[in-house]
Amino acid sequence: MNNKTIITINNLAKRFPIGGGEFTALKNINLKFEAGEFAGLVGPSGSGKTTMLNIIGSLDNPSDGDVTLLGTSIKKINPKRASSLRKHHIGFIFQTYNLMPVYTVYENVEFPLLLLKKSAAERRKAVLDALEWVGLMDKIKSKPKQLSGGESQRVAIARAMVKRPELVLADEPTANLDKENSYHILDTMVKLNKELNTTFLFATHDDKVIKYLNRIIRLEDGKVVADDIIKK
Amino acid sequence: MIAFKLAIRNLFGAGLRTFLNVLILSISYVVIILLNGFYQGWGEQARTDSVKWAYGQGQLWHASYDPYDAFTLTDAHGAIPESLNDAVNEGSVAPILLAPATVYPEGRIKSILLKGISINQKAIALPSDLMIATGDEIPAMMGTRMAKSMNAQLGDFILVRWRDANGTFDAVEIRIAAIFNTPMPPVDAGQIWIPLKSMQEMLRLDGEATMIISGDESIINADLSDWKFQTLPALLSDINELIEMKKVGGSIMYLILLALALLAVFDTQILSIFRRQKEIGTIIAMGMTRKQVIAIFTVEGAMHAILAIFLGALYGIPLLVSMRKNGFAMPEYADDFGVPIADTIFPAFSLALILGTILLVTITTTIVSYIPARKISKMNPNDAIRGKIQ
Repeated sequence: MNNKTIITINNLAKRFPIGGGEFTALKNINLKFEAGEFAGLVGPSGSGKTTMLNIIGSLDNPSDGDVTLLGTSIKKINPKRASSLRKHHIGFIFQTYNLMPVYTVYENVEFPLLLLKKSAAERRKAVLDALEWVGLMDKIKSKPKQLSGGESQRVAIARAMVKRPELVLADEPTANLDKENSYHILDTMVKLNKELNTTFLFATHDDKVIKYLNRIIRLEDGKVVADDIIKK
Repeated sequence: MIAFKLAIRNLFGAGLRTFLNVLILSISYVVIILLNGFYQGWGEQARTDSVKWAYGQGQLWHASYDPYDAFTLTDAHGAIPESLNDAVNEGSVAPILLAPATVYPEGRIKSILLKGISINQKAIALPSDLMIATGDEIPAMMGTRMAKSMNAQLGDFILVRWRDANGTFDAVEIRIAAIFNTPMPPVDAGQIWIPLKSMQEMLRLDGEATMIISGDESIINADLSDWKFQTLPALLSDINELIEMKKVGGSIMYLILLALALLAVFDTQILSIFRRQKEIGTIIAMGMTRKQVIAIFTVEGAMHAILAIFLGALYGIPLLVSMRKNGFAMPEYADDFGVPIADTIFPAFSLALILGTILLVTITTTIVSYIPARKISKMNPNDAIRGKIQ
């Protein structure tokens, strides 16, 4: 495993305005993630997992403290630079897949490469590689509504991985999947983590996912209560 | 470029929704072009017919003549300028003498305007050479509207009563020698034409006229002693104003149609932004800037207008070509509009009209698409990804 630090979290706090007051979603978080980790933020609903994932992914700003991602401060980043950071270095996987309904499987996976302005030949090769990783070569022309939940999530993984990002943020990726599909998805992600040394960071409370993690960070009420490295 | 590429992909992916919006926009294009072409064609025909049948290339009016005041007719006459004698004899100018009169068709009484015109004139298209006397009677001609209102037939004798220059009443029977068809009510309705010579004798105004129509602008183009020159643009100004007025009235219809089409696009855009909020949140998460997302939605909306050009051309070009060739047959009551209307109006479609319409619809569609797309810039991508925005 490469020991380069890709995420550093210092005294992170996040507060949301609620009614006349404030709700504290995260408080005093200090963490570091190395390249190639397969880690998870684990905890019950409302513990702050997704909020932390959003801040790491530069979709939200910290109220206090800072997150440094690939040497860039999330607190100081401007929207254009944040877009560029996400475009080049981060892949997202969502609970509800979030595929574009009018695009085919191929077009969905191709989308991040269009944003990167890759040539047609480069795009084609990368998309076919990504679809081969997730075993969906036979569904290239299908639309999302023609896919099962497992297949849709595999397309979402291919879309997140097609640009070979340093970091993949996956928010409850198995929440809508049955056991068999969940394991299939997780096996795929483990394979990609090993083959491409991509860092995976999950937000989950699914035991099936937890079994696969190399590092488990437990959150409760916005605080880290445990940070365990799992030897496998 | 990426916005354009993705907008095309989204539009074709949306299938029927896109088709319906494009169809209604294409109808807007065709109807706007058709209606404007109709008014343009009507205007051109009205101006051409007015020159051909009534105005010539300009007119000399006696200084006392006011076409809007019938009382001026008594004094509005003067000797035809000697400098025009040759032109009168050649027929390149048409002296006309006017007088109010009364006719008694089938025992009824009817006020008319009696007009004397030189029978050899070629300045306007009135078939004055058809007023040929077969005996001692005065040959007359009238338009089909006048003949219909009097129930008059060719060869009928009609009693006419008038007052001469001394104010003395006189009467005579005239014979209808010709009935002509003209798109110009101003030379037809409420008037009877007789030879200028007969008219001058009846009014005891030898060698005089009320107005002189020029068939060639090189002959008459300035005031002459008691005569005021009326330029062609001045004579046509009333018609131009009338057509502009009708055009404004007619434009309400296509504005409503355009508004409906734009509403459909606006509605689609609003729906898209709420229905596709997960998609918007996702593409922002994948690295698209808000400006790029707004551009995609704006281009998507504008592309409706572009696609509508092609769809509209598909059925619009054959339709417009056929209309241009066959024209619109105008109903009989169109005569009551008070402006020159031919039996058939041939619409005229200029390049400026077509390009102007395309520009108008495309720009308004783009604006209408941009307004809801701006909402995207206020979206929180985290809420959008989860579809939480109401």
